[in-house]
Amino acid sequence: MKRRLLLLLPLLGFLVLGGFLYQGLSMNPFDRDSALMAREFPAFELTTLEDSERTVDGSLLEGEVTLVNVWGEWCPTCKQEMPQLLDLADRGVRLIGVDYKDTREKGREFLAEFGNPFEVNVFDPDGSLGFDLGVYGAPETFLVDADGIIRYHHTGYIKPEDVRETILPEVEKWRD
Amino acid sequence: MQTLMIPEIGHFALIIALLMALVQGVMPLAGAATRRPLWMAYGRPMATGQFLFLAIAYACLTASYLLDDFSVANVANNSNSLLPWYYKASAVWGNHEGSVLLWSLILGAWTFAVSRFSRELPRDMLARVLGVMGLVSVGFLAFVLVTSNPFERLLPNVPQDGADLNPLLQDFGLIVHPPMLYMGYVGFSVVFAFAIAALLGGRLDAAWTRWARPWTNIAWAFLTVGIALGSWWAYYELGWGGWWFWDPVENASLLPWLAGTALIHSLAVTEKRGSFKSWTVLLAISTFSLSLMGTFLVRSGVLTSVHAFANDPSRGLFILVLLGITVGLSLLLFALRAPRVSHQVAFSWLSRDALLLINNILLVIMTVTVLLGTVYPLLLDAMDLGKISVGPPYFNALFVPLTVVLCLFMGLGPLARWKRTDGRDLLKRSWLAGLLALIIGALAPLLYRGEWSLQVSLGVLISLWVVLPMARDLWVKTRHSSGRLAGAKRLSLAYWGMTLGHLGVAVTIIGVTVVSNYAIDRNVRMGVGDSVELAGYTFTMTELGSRRGPNFLADFAEIEVRRGDSQRTFAMTPEKRLYLARGMPMTDVALRPGLFRDLYVAMGEDLEDGSWAMRLQYKPFVRWLWLGGLLMAAGGILAVADRRYRRTATARDPEQGAAAEPKPKEATA
Repeated sequence: MKRRLLLLLPLLGFLVLGGFLYQGLSMNPFDRDSALMAREFPAFELTTLEDSERTVDGSLLEGEVTLVNVWGEWCPTCKQEMPQLLDLADRGVRLIGVDYKDTREKGREFLAEFGNPFEVNVFDPDGSLGFDLGVYGAPETFLVDADGIIRYHHTGYIKPEDVRETILPEVEKWRD
Repeated sequence: MQTLMIPEIGHFALIIALLMALVQGVMPLAGAATRRPLWMAYGRPMATGQFLFLAIAYACLTASYLLDDFSVANVANNSNSLLPWYYKASAVWGNHEGSVLLWSLILGAWTFAVSRFSRELPRDMLARVLGVMGLVSVGFLAFVLVTSNPFERLLPNVPQDGADLNPLLQDFGLIVHPPMLYMGYVGFSVVFAFAIAALLGGRLDAAWTRWARPWTNIAWAFLTVGIALGSWWAYYELGWGGWWFWDPVENASLLPWLAGTALIHSLAVTEKRGSFKSWTVLLAISTFSLSLMGTFLVRSGVLTSVHAFANDPSRGLFILVLLGITVGLSLLLFALRAPRVSHQVAFSWLSRDALLLINNILLVIMTVTVLLGTVYPLLLDAMDLGKISVGPPYFNALFVPLTVVLCLFMGLGPLARWKRTDGRDLLKRSWLAGLLALIIGALAPLLYRGEWSLQVSLGVLISLWVVLPMARDLWVKTRHSSGRLAGAKRLSLAYWGMTLGHLGVAVTIIGVTVVSNYAIDRNVRMGVGDSVELAGYTFTMTELGSRRGPNFLADFAEIEVRRGDSQRTFAMTPEKRLYLARGMPMTDVALRPGLFRDLYVAMGEDLEDGSWAMRLQYKPFVRWLWLGGLLMAAGGILAVADRRYRRTATARDPEQGAAAEPKPKEATA
């Protein structure tokens, strides 16, 4: 009988471990994978794409829930994402663009060709703001609440179904 | 380019493969339980068909990559029209969906191989083995189809170009490392299936071990090579010269390796002495379970790691359920049926049996140590005790001493006899080797660097202690009237395999010891014309420039290297690349490899005045790490070629096969 119990030990050990793994699954993955979650949007002071004389900073994001989209003319996926961003803008979401590692001329051409859903575009030619955001490519999108706190992070292309399924609900959630 | 039907054909082939796996998982097992030969006979054709359709599915996905079909989401997210074709073909497994498909394909290939090469297996045993492998395959194919379909389309908004493969993965390492690793992981499913079949059939005899051993050795050899390749890749690709990070995913590959190493030793005892049976079965189950758990850890994103492609809780839950069913049922079966196969054989505490028992205990302790270190942060987090990370200090503090103790016993193992060894005889055959190891070990750091170091002495000591007694044994055993060569030929391949494998361990330990203690690393600012000296080499920057690759722009530096006052120089050209599609910068290291030292130059940041921050490294004996791994793997393969594993094939009776072997009486005791 004692030997039987001994033989059950591996099973018991595994069940305990499995329980912990299960619990690990239900923990919010964003607690781990984005260090910026629930932090303030990194401070910046950059010119805008539209006007090389106008300088903007963090106060740009205050007062209203805003989607910040990091894009670049060199990024083919950003072109694919444009219809979804235009759709979001039509639905009354405030969008700010970050033109990342680009030239002013190419960035402007891009918006002229594919449409401009952004209220204003922060021009980030060296990628310094992108670096502070922990961006490693484009497109990436951050949802910032009225107090300038990052609330949601979307890496990569926003698919048409993402607009209704995740982005809009997130925007609504942080509006109040 | 859009291709009409290829992804749909692939998807369809995958569904057929799943159905075949289902038949293969159910019919042969039911047939073996109810003694119906016709049902059992389903196993082999289903294994063939399943493999065929998996190969079709896999070929379809590869075709979509090669043809730049960006209407397939998987291709659009992980490839780009500018990517060279060989990276397109290997980008297939550079992402979650594709790598699970590769996993399933390899499982299909192993199953097919078992169905081909095990004709001499008793019918019911083969039926059970194929049935178990079929069930595992059902789980994984369902996982692919339900949560990770690689053939999903992006319609009607087809991207014009793909998002490109992560530049970190655009390397030769991606082409070889994952397939090798998966061959190892999945290969352990064979011995797992054998173990379950033994428990179901209540039969585990010497013939069983003779069938199970070669499969285990081959899987183990693949895993060894896979781990070594991963370490080598990390070394030159990540840009700072580390070769092992105790990253959760690295640990996930080390866990089945440690358990598998224990298993191949325990199988030796089971074959030679008929003992350790239930232990062997438990190790076989554990090894494959740890492989599955590795898959879970990597695919679920439960632990953050550089390898995590996708953090998707629904996928994680699916794999966890799969893991729970597979491992839970196997261990339950083990608890219920192990007494039927277990068998006690007496042995003295000074014998090869005892030494191998110690080897097994130590390896299991090492496995548990690594497992705990890997999941500990998760356990604490789950119990709300805060977030911590367990780093190299924990692992090194436990793993290194355990390795030392393991090697102390390893030196004696090959000398000892089964059942009982005369202590004086053992002493007679090992004292000289021990003394030499002690003396050389103590002097080695003084001779090499002129300064004594405990770590280096210990490293050299244990490596020599592993090698020297073996060398003496070899010298004695090759003594032959018609010369050494004839004597060497007389030794079995299994013996040579063991020798080579142990030599590999010693070589790796030397590599770890020297590179950990004597590597030199300098961060310097260099402009054109600047010279820096490091470990007797002079590095002079002669040129800075830029060039355009197929899908990246690169700044490069030309460094001229001269050793001492030598006349000859050679050039090293590190690069800093910007990959266009993702706008991601990458360091491309310049390496000058050598058996006794590597020179390693990486470009850091562009400094204001036109010079660059450069990282220069001198890495002595670093190649020995991976050379040791290759030797171990070669040893494992060599042992498989041993004559006794072919004997059953040549001497088999076509009517009865090996089933005619008498059942050992103790099997039901």
